[in-house]
Amino acid sequence: MIVPLEHILIFGALLFAIGIYGTLVRRNIVGILISIELILNAVNVNLIAFSRTAILDPVMGQVFVIFVITLAATAATVGLAIVLALYRIRRTIYADEINLLKW
Amino acid sequence: MTLEIFAKISVYSVLALSLVAALGVVLFPSIFHAALCLVGALVGVAILYIALHAEFIAVVQILLYVGAVMTLVIFAIMLTHRIGDQTIPQANKQSLPALLSLACFVGLLGSLFLKTKWPVGPAHTEPVSAFVLGKALLGEYVFPFEVVSVILIAGLIGAVVIARKD
Repeated sequence: MIVPLEHILIFGALLFAIGIYGTLVRRNIVGILISIELILNAVNVNLIAFSRTAILDPVMGQVFVIFVITLAATAATVGLAIVLALYRIRRTIYADEINLLKW
Repeated sequence: MTLEIFAKISVYSVLALSLVAALGVVLFPSIFHAALCLVGALVGVAILYIALHAEFIAVVQILLYVGAVMTLVIFAIMLTHRIGDQTIPQANKQSLPALLSLACFVGLLGSLFLKTKWPVGPAHTEPVSAFVLGKALLGEYVFPFEVVSVILIAGLIGAVVIARKD
């Protein structure tokens, strides 16, 4: 390992926290979606770091990362399709202006 | 020895740059700039994968995230035009509580990371080739592989159905 495991884990935690911050604070739905991509990347960083240091076969962690990347791409596709449909109907992409289910 | 120090310095600077880019993702008022920052963060993570000897994953990251997902995001940004307006506030009023709680979270997690004795084995440095990964995907992990392909088809059809004009 070039870098000790702890530093990579701290990097992953910081990336995760930044992603959560964006998810909580952004009003734009596209912004929320790209913050979610940041969160999934932080998870992938941890998986790769552990696959390199744990006694387990490194193939296992990498296969998990491939699955996570695939599901993240699917989530982004469906999410952006929902954003487009919502924009066509409601003419807004701000999360707090979409209050159909609030009363 | 000097090469090793140089490698260390470059990895740390890549980590710092991708964190700065990630901060740009959540802080830039313009969503288009945020998406461009996301490209920087994703490329930084891909470089970290290369440093951890996961070359195939790094290539997948570049192709899928920087290539496909970013194209999709930028299309979505361009199709919803009201965003060009800079006077609309881009953050809601929860930034201070979110910042405080996340600072506590990262502090706790970081101290735990530094205190824990990780059962670190001898580091695997041999690269995992695409051949080995493909054999694992179609051998040991063939069931989740098939499930993921079903999910991909479902997501594809769902996206087309949701986004098409009636």
